[in-house]
Amino acid sequence: MTLRTIKTALAATAILGCAFTGMTMADPVDEPMVIDGQNITIRAPAPEFLKGVLPEVLSGWLYRDEDTRKMELDDFDNPGIIYADRARDQWEVVDGTEGKACVSCHESPEAMKGLRAVTPRVDPDSGKLMNIEAYVNKCRTERMGAEAWGDKSDHMMDMLALISLQSRGEIINVAMDGAAAPFWEKGKEIYYTRYGLLELSCANCHEQNNGKYIRSDHLSQGQTNGFPVYRLKDTKITSAQGRFVGCVRDTRAETFKIGSDEFNALELYVATRGNGLAVEGVSVRH
Amino acid sequence: MKRQIVLGMIISAFSAGVAMAEVAPESVAYTDGAVAQSLTGTAGNPEEGRKAMVDRGLGNCVACHKAEMLKDQPFPGDVGPTLDGAGDRWTEEQLRGIVANAKMTFDGTVMPAFYKNSGYIRPGDGYTGKAAKEPIAPILSAQQVEDVVSYLMTFKE
Ligand code: HEC
Ligand code: HEC
Ligand code: HEC
Repeated sequence: MTLRTIKTALAATAILGCAFTGMTMADPVDEPMVIDGQNITIRAPAPEFLKGVLPEVLSGWLYRDEDTRKMELDDFDNPGIIYADRARDQWEVVDGTEGKACVSCHESPEAMKGLRAVTPRVDPDSGKLMNIEAYVNKCRTERMGAEAWGDKSDHMMDMLALISLQSRGEIINVAMDGAAAPFWEKGKEIYYTRYGLLELSCANCHEQNNGKYIRSDHLSQGQTNGFPVYRLKDTKITSAQGRFVGCVRDTRAETFKIGSDEFNALELYVATRGNGLAVEGVSVRH
Repeated sequence: MKRQIVLGMIISAFSAGVAMAEVAPESVAYTDGAVAQSLTGTAGNPEEGRKAMVDRGLGNCVACHKAEMLKDQPFPGDVGPTLDGAGDRWTEEQLRGIVANAKMTFDGTVMPAFYKNSGYIRPGDGYTGKAAKEPIAPILSAQQVEDVVSYLMTFKE
């Protein structure tokens, strides 16, 4: 544990050191992602609705520098894995008035295989738009009699990492039609709205200018297939909506809250822009 | 609204004694994107202009632009074109228009408008993520726009 932390810190320093060399390349790299012998699809034809807008969809991993990319290729170097391991312990912890743990009803985390690839989705029973966080908190509050975990809490981030990892390599196929359609339309509108004093939309940066640099940052397509991510800069796990907060704030705008209707819709929409890419599990970004 | 008018009057009353009144963001007159009249009547200071261009809280122009003149700045971005020769390509009036509100010159551009104080969607209070406090101040002051323009005029090839 300590060893691993130290290794991470060292790697982070190395990244800062070589950020300059990265500046010269403008295009994302063309490399495969193979983790534990498993090939992860990080480059795919764009979904139908993006034809003519993006030629293909690419994971943000392809835009990161070599050291950061490498860290994600080996679970011993990927600091995010520790957090997932922590959630594995939490799986068995009894909490709440019902005296239950996750394991009381879900035999193992492996039972969550596939979920990450199809969420956010509209729950057929409740008609509510659900992401993984919402499912977890629903179980905690309604089925365990426990308190909801905070949107950015360690417990929630750990659990996101663990549940997401169960779908590593699975192709994202988030529904945009049927019950999802109104949420999708709303998310799309937000994606193209120019917020804040800088009047910048998600599309201005991630659709129009991916491949370019904004200050030292190599702009990716802003895909969410890698989420949750371990961010070297923050030395912790961040959810997709946690990332959205930062992106909107950087346009000098009033952000939306994590879990708000707006961000829930946006998360669904952005996820569908990555349909065809694979779930990375827990990714590493700077 | 009323408050803004009163505030505007106070500002003009103050500056009237010194020089001409500052042109308020909503009163800037654009002709084909260019702004003929100085926003302050006080000549720009290129050194201050340079500061405004590199400061993240001000122009932060280097987030999107490279230039020989700014090559001491680490990690400039390339979302916008290089600014080398901007002083040759554009007149002072045109540069004033581009810096004040580039959307008047380049339709729909991603370049932010630096001298504008209304018409925003969910304006924020700096980079805090919180709502902006009214009245909203433009990103650059009128004098800072003049300073930036005077510095850009020295970008010759
Ligand atoms: C009392 C039983 C119970 C407990 C305890 C419980 N869950 Fe659930 N959970 C359910 C039921 C029932 C569903 C709905 C299953 C379905 O519709 O297929 C569900 C659904 C979920 C889902 C959505 C999965 C899917 O495929 O639809 C997630 C994620 C989840 N639970 C996570 C957790 C976590 C994490 C914990 C522990 C913090 C937990 N649950 C504790 C009963 C429980
Ligand atoms: C001013 C430019 C800018 C705007 C506007 C912007 N982002 Fe970003 N975003 C960035 C930068 C810079 C990064 C980090 C580098 C990268 O992956 O592009 C980033 C990263 C991301 C990532 C992480 C990608 C990964 O693989 O790690 C996601 C997801 C994202 N943005 C979504 C959004 C969404 C959704 C919006 C609109 C609400 C948005 N961004 C608006 C600049 C922007
Ligand atoms: C978010 C990115 C961004 C920022 C920040 C930005 N610009 Fe621009 N700028 C652009 C883009 C893109 C263009 C090209 C215009 C277009 O959209 O066709 C441009 C064009 C220009 C031009 C005309 C280019 C030429 O031909 O010489 C000038 C001058 C200019 N910008 C100056 C500035 C100054 C000064 C600042 C800071 C006060 C600034 N820009 C901040 C993106 C930006």
